[in-house]
Amino acid sequence: MLFKLSFNNMRRSLRDYAIYFFTLIIGVSIFYVFNATSGQAAMMKVSASTREIIELLKMLISGTSVLVSGILGFLIVYASRFLMKRRSREFALYMTLGMSKWKISSIILMETLFAGIGSLACGLLIGIGLSQLMSALVANLFEADMTGYRFTVSGESVAKTILYFAVMYGVVVLFNGGAITKMKLIDLMNSGKRSEQVKLKNPVLCVLIFLVSTAALGFSYFKVGFRTFALSQSDIMMYIIIGCIATFLIFWSVSGMLLRVMMSSKNLYHRGLNAFTFRQISSKINTMVFSLTIICLMLFVTICALTSAFSLRNSMNYNLNHYCPTDFEAVVVYSDDAEEKRTVSDVYADYGVNMDDYFEKSVTLGSYGSPDITYESFFGEDCSEIKEIFPYIEFDSGIELIKSGDYNKLMEFYGLEDRAELNDDEYIVICNLQSMVEFCNKELQKNTEINVFGHTLKPKYSECRDGFIDMSAQRGNMGIIIVPDGAVDENCSAGERFFGKYNAEAAEDLDATEAFFTEKNIETYDGTEKGSNISYCMYFTRTILAAASVGLGAIATFLGLYIGLVFLIACGAILALKELSESVDSIGRYEMLRKIGAEENDISKSLFVQTGIFFLLPLLLSALHSVFGMKFAISVLSAFGTDNIMQSVISTSAVILAIYGGYFLITYFSSRGIIKDRK
Amino acid sequence: MELLKIDHIEKYYGSKSVLTKAIDDISLTVNEGEFVAIMGASGSGKTTLLNCISTIDRVTSGHIFLENTDITTIKGKELNRFRREKLGFIFQDFNLLDTLTAYENIALALSIQKKPAAEIDKAIKKVADQLGITEVLQKYPYQMSGGQKQRVASARAIVTDPKLILADEPTGALDSKSAKLLLERFRYLNTECGATIMMVTHDSFTASYAGRVIFIKDGKIFNEINRGSDSRKQFFDKIIDVVTLLGGDMSDAL
Repeated sequence: MLFKLSFNNMRRSLRDYAIYFFTLIIGVSIFYVFNATSGQAAMMKVSASTREIIELLKMLISGTSVLVSGILGFLIVYASRFLMKRRSREFALYMTLGMSKWKISSIILMETLFAGIGSLACGLLIGIGLSQLMSALVANLFEADMTGYRFTVSGESVAKTILYFAVMYGVVVLFNGGAITKMKLIDLMNSGKRSEQVKLKNPVLCVLIFLVSTAALGFSYFKVGFRTFALSQSDIMMYIIIGCIATFLIFWSVSGMLLRVMMSSKNLYHRGLNAFTFRQISSKINTMVFSLTIICLMLFVTICALTSAFSLRNSMNYNLNHYCPTDFEAVVVYSDDAEEKRTVSDVYADYGVNMDDYFEKSVTLGSYGSPDITYESFFGEDCSEIKEIFPYIEFDSGIELIKSGDYNKLMEFYGLEDRAELNDDEYIVICNLQSMVEFCNKELQKNTEINVFGHTLKPKYSECRDGFIDMSAQRGNMGIIIVPDGAVDENCSAGERFFGKYNAEAAEDLDATEAFFTEKNIETYDGTEKGSNISYCMYFTRTILAAASVGLGAIATFLGLYIGLVFLIACGAILALKELSESVDSIGRYEMLRKIGAEENDISKSLFVQTGIFFLLPLLLSALHSVFGMKFAISVLSAFGTDNIMQSVISTSAVILAIYGGYFLITYFSSRGIIKDRK
Repeated sequence: MELLKIDHIEKYYGSKSVLTKAIDDISLTVNEGEFVAIMGASGSGKTTLLNCISTIDRVTSGHIFLENTDITTIKGKELNRFRREKLGFIFQDFNLLDTLTAYENIALALSIQKKPAAEIDKAIKKVADQLGITEVLQKYPYQMSGGQKQRVASARAIVTDPKLILADEPTGALDSKSAKLLLERFRYLNTECGATIMMVTHDSFTASYAGRVIFIKDGKIFNEINRGSDSRKQFFDKIIDVVTLLGGDMSDAL
């Protein structure tokens, strides 16, 4: 009997349930795809040089994960509350028929069970489909071969999703059960008729809270936006929490002040339907402070995620051209007690390769190390801080030294303007990884002197030069010291780099050339019998770097796009559903306006303004949040370079305009349909 | 002077097979400054008649003239303009906007007509005084009694200075004391301010405040009585006589 009742209820009130289902399905699919993807991110093969960026990315993901699950939990409880409210009359009928509250609770339990199983199934299916679709989209976006990126149904993610949502449904059941025991028949009977009480908040308190929360928000903005490198992970969490609370309080206080501000101009207030419009807006915001906060925060995540994703994608092409100025680089590194120093060309000669056959131009660069200049000795007490960010640096190893002559030769070969011109007692630090730049500058400003093979050198500049030596797909130079040619002891040569530009023949059949070098695989070079004492060899080409960079960028962009888009859709959907149900509740009011002779145009305009402000308000605050959130994201992602951020902002705005704006228009036109004169 | 002229109107509901004649050939005229009550049992067609006059509903055939304008032919924007400039409405369930204060509810009727804010304030003060609602102007509908709400609704109806005030069961949701108070105000508006009121009711007591009562039965005019120089009590007795004549249908309305 109960089963039949619950089942028929669902079928009958499918329109109401559609709202609930929609929310649940979005939630489930978000959760599945997100979990499946973050698992897959670790699956990707990345080169050692990009390991650091993956770590940063993971940090971002784990932070966002917490936010996502919290938001989803609230969302589902909220949607179910909305549904309960809309069904008050039905519950009243059950109670007047003498049904016990316990029985009503059982009906709700049954319905939640149906809704839960149905939405889990649908959500998982959609989630699995969505993840395939997104991978195809991203692969297409980067023209990348995504063979290394296999999309399978992740059993673990499915299990996790089911478990997580089972808990959430449990919370919903408890919550609804609690709500039912508190229900009073008289309130339920009158639920449709009882007019909403307009509670005016204490204006002084509103202004006070507004000021306090604005100040708190400003403080967090400052800390996150301008003091990025002084932040630990727990600090970041704290500022996020402060930001969330401040957002809520701002909406709360604004909802209390808005009407008073609007009422202050009698002429504006009593023009056309303004009084009605303002009151509607005010009452909507008043009852929706909480959901507006959630929507605002979700939009904030959306904007940051989208902008980061776009800027990653934009800078990847730029980076590849800028940080990979030539085709080929090979490196040999000698062991500490090496006697014979074989060059890269020697090593390749051992494989029977004559480098001149493949390269039109080439240049070599020797690197040196001195036990006197290690990370520990150079950075001193900052070491512990650096260790937190870059845990894999060997702090007792020497910082790489380069001769200025070699550097200048390389720069000329690269076709770059940068030259190192040093007096005999000077040195320069080149570095382009933003977080290391800060530490280097700190030392250089202290005018730290270094001792190189008996020469005492002082810094030429008080900050490090933006530069690099190794080819790379992004900013990755953590600091190299350039010293005068005469300052190094040739016996302390630590290794050699070989840079080459393919000749026409090699470049013509690039695949064959690359395959040739891959086959030779100098990384397995064992020169011990030749007494070369080489500790390791490696080589990379522009093609290899491009592939790795695309792989890495694809993960980041994929995640950013995915979170951004789904959040955006969720925000739009929630606002739309809220507004539509509001319109259903307001049909009577619009009919009343028509009866007293309001123009259809004026009514439409009023509805437009109401819907517009409703959509605009959270967007405005989240845009403000995003300005500072992006400042933070830019510094975290600085390794990728975020030179053309404007372009990303424009792309993000376009996406938001399209999806969020689309939701707005759909909502407006549907609402107009709902409140339309039915004659 | 003739204000409203209803000329052989009919209103049918339903399809050909199940046809309901809500109004079956009614003609009547209302002069300026009159207070007319329309009486009838539930389903007699009295509310349909009012809806047709108020342009909320359309007639199937016939014509309705207000100040020589045929309102059955106006459409769309013109209709809205006509409604807000010539007519004032008072509904059984008040139809006040619950989100607005009494003052704002009344002001809305004026601001829809694009009246300047200064004028609005003056007009509201005057009408509030006439209806005795000055002290509830800043209250919300949920803070007011039924009688107060109906007087606010009446204030909204007359503040625009309409040619004709249409009231649909204005006392239907009121207790007898509030009803009496409201009707006294109606009479005041009618005699002192010269308002033309057309009121639909099934309550003989309410109808007895009018100057003329038209009885409707099954969509047709059944009877019509004028108050003349009778006292309200005498007129009430006359109404009761007609109601008795109308039959058992209306006995519940005593």
